[in-house]
Amino acid sequence: MKTKFTRRDVLKVGTALTAAAVFAEPIRAAAPPAEAITPALIEAARKEGKVVHYTSVDLPLAEKVAKAFEAKYPGIAVRTERTGAERVFTRIAQERSSNIHACDVVQSSDAAHFVVWKREGLLAPYVPEDVAKHYPAAHKDADGLFASYRVFLCVMARNTDLVKAEDAPKGYRDLLDPKWAGKIVKAHPSYSGTILTATYQTARDIGWDYFEKLAKQRIMQVQSASDPPKKLALGERAIMADGIEYGVFQAKETGKPVDVIYPAEGSPLIIGPNGILKSAPNPNAARLLQNFMLSAECQQFNVDLGGLRSAHGLIKDKPGRTPMKDIKVMKDDAAAVEKESEQIKARYTQYFKV
Amino acid sequence: MTIAVSDPPARMTHGFDYTKLVLYGIALVLCVLIVLPMSWLIYYAFVDKNGAFTFGNFVTLVNDPTLLDPLITTFTLAFSTSLICCIVAAPMGWLVARTDMPLRRTVRLLVTASFVTPPFLGAIAWELLAAPNSGLLNKIYRVVTGAAADEHLLNIYSFSGLIFVIACYTFPYVFVLVANALDRTPGELEDASSILGGSTWVTARRVTIPLVLPAILAGALVAFLQAMTLFGSPAILALPAGFHTMTTKIWSLFQYPPKPELAAAASLPLLILTVLLLRAEHMILGRRSYAVLGGKNSDPRLIRLGWMRWAALALCFIVLLNPVFLPYAALFNATFSKVASQFITFSNFTFHNIHFVLFELSATKLALYNTFVLGIATATIGTVVAVVISYLTTREAVSGHRALGFLATAPVAIPGIVLGVGLFLSYTRPPFVLYGTLWILLLAFLTLAMPAAYQQMQSALKAIHPELEDASRILGATRLKALRQITAPLLRTSVIATWCFVFVGTIRELSAAVMLFTSETKVISVLIFDLNESGDLAAISVLGLIMLVVTSGIVALANRLRLGGGSVRLRDN
Repeated sequence: MKTKFTRRDVLKVGTALTAAAVFAEPIRAAAPPAEAITPALIEAARKEGKVVHYTSVDLPLAEKVAKAFEAKYPGIAVRTERTGAERVFTRIAQERSSNIHACDVVQSSDAAHFVVWKREGLLAPYVPEDVAKHYPAAHKDADGLFASYRVFLCVMARNTDLVKAEDAPKGYRDLLDPKWAGKIVKAHPSYSGTILTATYQTARDIGWDYFEKLAKQRIMQVQSASDPPKKLALGERAIMADGIEYGVFQAKETGKPVDVIYPAEGSPLIIGPNGILKSAPNPNAARLLQNFMLSAECQQFNVDLGGLRSAHGLIKDKPGRTPMKDIKVMKDDAAAVEKESEQIKARYTQYFKV
Repeated sequence: MTIAVSDPPARMTHGFDYTKLVLYGIALVLCVLIVLPMSWLIYYAFVDKNGAFTFGNFVTLVNDPTLLDPLITTFTLAFSTSLICCIVAAPMGWLVARTDMPLRRTVRLLVTASFVTPPFLGAIAWELLAAPNSGLLNKIYRVVTGAAADEHLLNIYSFSGLIFVIACYTFPYVFVLVANALDRTPGELEDASSILGGSTWVTARRVTIPLVLPAILAGALVAFLQAMTLFGSPAILALPAGFHTMTTKIWSLFQYPPKPELAAAASLPLLILTVLLLRAEHMILGRRSYAVLGGKNSDPRLIRLGWMRWAALALCFIVLLNPVFLPYAALFNATFSKVASQFITFSNFTFHNIHFVLFELSATKLALYNTFVLGIATATIGTVVAVVISYLTTREAVSGHRALGFLATAPVAIPGIVLGVGLFLSYTRPPFVLYGTLWILLLAFLTLAMPAAYQQMQSALKAIHPELEDASRILGATRLKALRQITAPLLRTSVIATWCFVFVGTIRELSAAVMLFTSETKVISVLIFDLNESGDLAAISVLGLIMLVVTSGIVALANRLRLGGGSVRLRDN
């Protein structure tokens, strides 16, 4: 069949195309063009001489990445401000309300924080080259405000000297067995973004009654999600109810008697985005750091030395670690965490008393 | 007495008396320091989120079990601590003041050492020692007794563990009060009892103990107060054990979403109780003057303990193991061990922790810098202000000096965390936005240090008779000139001692600092607290030892000047 274009048809198509072009910006969002690290950027960053990173990444790893950056770009000092993600969030809010602008780049293990910061217009758009090329859409903001710096799981773990593999709990519900009373260490959702996110996913998938019962197991309550693996390595507790997977990997690979347990019910998925603040006092150094941190080089460093996982397409898993595809993973939902965050903390405090 | 007069009488001038100006200036500063934060605190306690007047915050306080439980816990904690402190410290005070126990001076010195150890550092050290499974003492216990891997002797993460650790760093207050009271009590009273046929023990029971009872009671109140307002140790030990005290609860109310109204309301009971307890202490100690009646005093007769003096010494050292020897050993061990909970051996000896803290940890440099800048500034300004106020009050130089003295001592009734809340509320909003600068920390530290500095300078000035200055003024010097030429040289050692103690008190302050710091204004104590939350115990040990070395150095310096020491009440936090 022969199709004949009338003038009217052509006009219609033309109008549609124009409309598409006009609306393309809002629909496709306003991500700025991707930027590579240029000598001009390095020079501008060096003039600023320093950059301040607020982060919730476990301190020794965060400092190693900072040192790697300083080694690559001499003359730019990184100051790492590490604390729990929920504290990072409080800090940013307090400093903003007092008109203090100290932070350049911010990372949080509670992805919901980026929902808030984006809504409140705190973030500056910047798309590093690698993010445009190698990060899947789920791991970058449509407006170019942030991208997933790190991906990892919140897991259970055991001290291998104290608990044999065959005796180990297989999932969350196993922890409610009286035999684990007084032997469990657990982190806190009011301090740790990892734990807040994980508490949301766990409560959603297996129910709040799990936490209510766990609170009666005389757990050792620590603050940071990076602390439980350390308490296991010290031999202070036999089982970790929640904490960072990468901390367990690091400890295990340096010869400490710990091993990961992926709970049968599924492991909460934690995503820690990185973004630049609009009010950054060192905007160029901030861009350079953001670009570096999301590069294949830094991401592979995080995976190999840190035990993290990466959203970067070119990154290879370290042999010996269970690949993500073989693990039952819970679904993350930053928007829901953002809505329920306050309620989760209150309910947790009600059960666990602190 | 001859006085060198450099200026000939011919050039006698009647300069303007600046003291009034100084008085008003300082009174204004003190008012701003104390009245402003406390007013905001009270204001916030009585308003809701929209700023309307309400009692709702107090209703929530009483009805919410997560707020009421900490209140009850805190009272139990403070009462138990106070009791233990009296039971341990009063006999020790008597032993060093009234018996022929050997090494009495050393024991006093070691008590001072537990005095200057920041309680939060002591708490962390005790984590290393007595965490139920990884604690070094529990490990020894299992090796010695062959107990199973999950059995333990001590559990520091418990209510009794917390009481123990707080008592370790609170008993010096009682000890010092008792020992000082006994030092001042004339031996004649006891001699009289002996002459009238009283045996050693009858004399002790019927004369000595009644004489020191006020001091013990006052000590009990001070210990209660310290335990009630302490923040560091509960934050480190109570949270893992699953309970809050009032101070940690107030602090947690500032986590997101912050509830300043509730925090202010929760702070008020602490403030009121502190004021009441201090009134009680004042009343009890105020009655003590009868003990020093009676002309010239001779040195008290020392009671001969015979063979028991060695047992007494052993007992003192066993007590001192807990606040001093064991914790320092644990911190030292963790500093050089690859795993904080393992004993140093050849195979796990390492310098890595020191390297990490000094060269990798990017927060160290700034925190050290901030700490020293604040320490020096607080000590210098605090001492100067204390000298001026105590001069004005002891010389009754101007009318209204009493109010000045009251203002300078008032902060003693403000717990560190409460002051932190008050300052936060005052200086995070216009017209005074100081949050995020070192100034707000300087204000906090100055306010906290003022009472001790003032008391010390006041007692030093009281010891200098005004006739020396009067002579100078009769010869034509203005008041300021008399001060510079006569009083200042006589005061020099006291000034240096005060400076040292304010400095030491400042660099270990945590409870106000933890409310007020920002990333740019972090101090060492806050950094240690941060590291504890992520479980980096080795790094803490290194920083803690650095802090202890600096502190002991300065205290040793002050002691060489033979001043202060036991008589100064360091603030715990």
